[in-house]
Amino acid sequence: MIDNDLLRTLTPQVLSVLVRRGADFAAAEDAVQDALAEIVRRSGPTPDDPKGWLVTVAWRKFLDAQRSASARALREVAVHREPPPGPVEQADDTLLLLSRCCHPALTPASAIALTLRAIGGLTTAQIAHAFLVPEATMAQRISRAKRALTRQRFDRPGDVRAVLRVLYLMFDHAFAGAGENSTDTDGVDLAAEAIRLTRQLVASVPDDPEAAGLLALMLLHHARRPARIDASGHLVPLEWQDRSRWDTAMIAEGVMVLQSALALDRIGEYQAQAAIAALHDDAASAEETDWPQILEWYDELARIVPGNPIVALNRAVALGHVEGPLAGLRAVDELDPGLPRRDAVTAYLHERAGNHGEAARLYAAAAQAATSTAERVHLFKQAARLNREAPDVA
Amino acid sequence: MAKYLLLKHYRGGPQQHPNSRSPMDQWTPEEITAHIDFMGKVADDLRERGEFVDSQALAPEGEFVRYDGEGRPPATDGPFAETKDLIAGWMIIDVDSKERAYEAAAYLSSAPGRGGRPLHEWIEVRPFLTEPPVVE
Repeated sequence: MIDNDLLRTLTPQVLSVLVRRGADFAAAEDAVQDALAEIVRRSGPTPDDPKGWLVTVAWRKFLDAQRSASARALREVAVHREPPPGPVEQADDTLLLLSRCCHPALTPASAIALTLRAIGGLTTAQIAHAFLVPEATMAQRISRAKRALTRQRFDRPGDVRAVLRVLYLMFDHAFAGAGENSTDTDGVDLAAEAIRLTRQLVASVPDDPEAAGLLALMLLHHARRPARIDASGHLVPLEWQDRSRWDTAMIAEGVMVLQSALALDRIGEYQAQAAIAALHDDAASAEETDWPQILEWYDELARIVPGNPIVALNRAVALGHVEGPLAGLRAVDELDPGLPRRDAVTAYLHERAGNHGEAARLYAAAAQAATSTAERVHLFKQAARLNREAPDVA
Repeated sequence: MAKYLLLKHYRGGPQQHPNSRSPMDQWTPEEITAHIDFMGKVADDLRERGEFVDSQALAPEGEFVRYDGEGRPPATDGPFAETKDLIAGWMIIDVDSKERAYEAAAYLSSAPGRGGRPLHEWIEVRPFLTEPPVVE
């Protein structure tokens, strides 16, 4: 039985060989899926050169599909295109493939699904499971994405920014869902997938500090995940996490990746966010957090992505720690009242300012507006805690 | 086997039991944890019995939407008035009998609230419409 990890590593390599030989991306992706299914079904020992085997079979599948699509006219082309036997190409086309799957013509949801299948080597069933949709729905989403791509031209690798955005959203989706599906054992870990794909991207564009910045950001957040959910599946905020459960090896790697990115001296939003995560990870306890440095990084981030309300909101928290909660509250006052999580941040700052009644009222309002069960429960508990402490005020 | 939809409501339905009148932010954090753990246990028990199908919680806000003519954006109404019925979420179960469906709904309704007392929350139980039988 062939090793699944090996297959998943080979998937994008085989796909890139077909694409480089001139196969249309959508047809090549189908052919690779067919070849993967065949190597899994195959009995007997694993081929000595599994990549070569997969390329040969996928290429044959591709040609068969082309032939049956338009039989005679294509046969001559096919014969003409048959490559000479010998070792397959080794060039790294990760960026080329990723930028196709993350093409701006696709919605993020479609791009994530296509990336997980074509490059991540996951099955449609696994991807459907991760997004809690029926397999037929996910199959359709992927084939529509591929159809949208056939209308696009690809001459050279596309924009790395678009790829980073899709990988960031993939990672973020995994975090948003954590807690509700924590008992799920047969599922796919989207955060781990996003890290794996970002690693491949970084290897392919080593001089891009933002790609490395994104990898660092993911590692520095992922390292805290064991402490983010308690034994009964409830959300634990950063402040109260058991820091001994953080993955120190992963933090060390994240810091190293970030430092080499920063050394390239081209700052960007992912590097700035990673720097903030690194400062949190570096504190042995919540009290030891270096808030002045975190505030400086939020100022930097606000210069990189001006007008971003979420950055402004998080900056207000940092400001509240450095200059006091009233300064934080004044900063929040300038923000749109409808901004998600604004009530939660205001509640936090009011609590620090000693206005427990107002904090409890705002935590309850934030709970009503929360977009996940885990956050909703957490915010109600915050309100409940303060109402217990000061029942007269509430 | 027959499928039933168990509906939890934020508001609406028959007169509330006194135990379910206290809003969650007036409980203790431990009571909230106990409540959430109980809901998880209900789902686990139903899974264990081979009866669980699906469950989902819903946000408390939402609007009514309808077609408003060619070339016009959808018409909306809402947020809902305080008196309107508001669904909080659902659980779908596949059980042997209506009695078993009611038993499961009552179990769900016994979730602890303030002071650890059962909430006695009303659960709306709706049978699925089925396919016509093959053998008549």
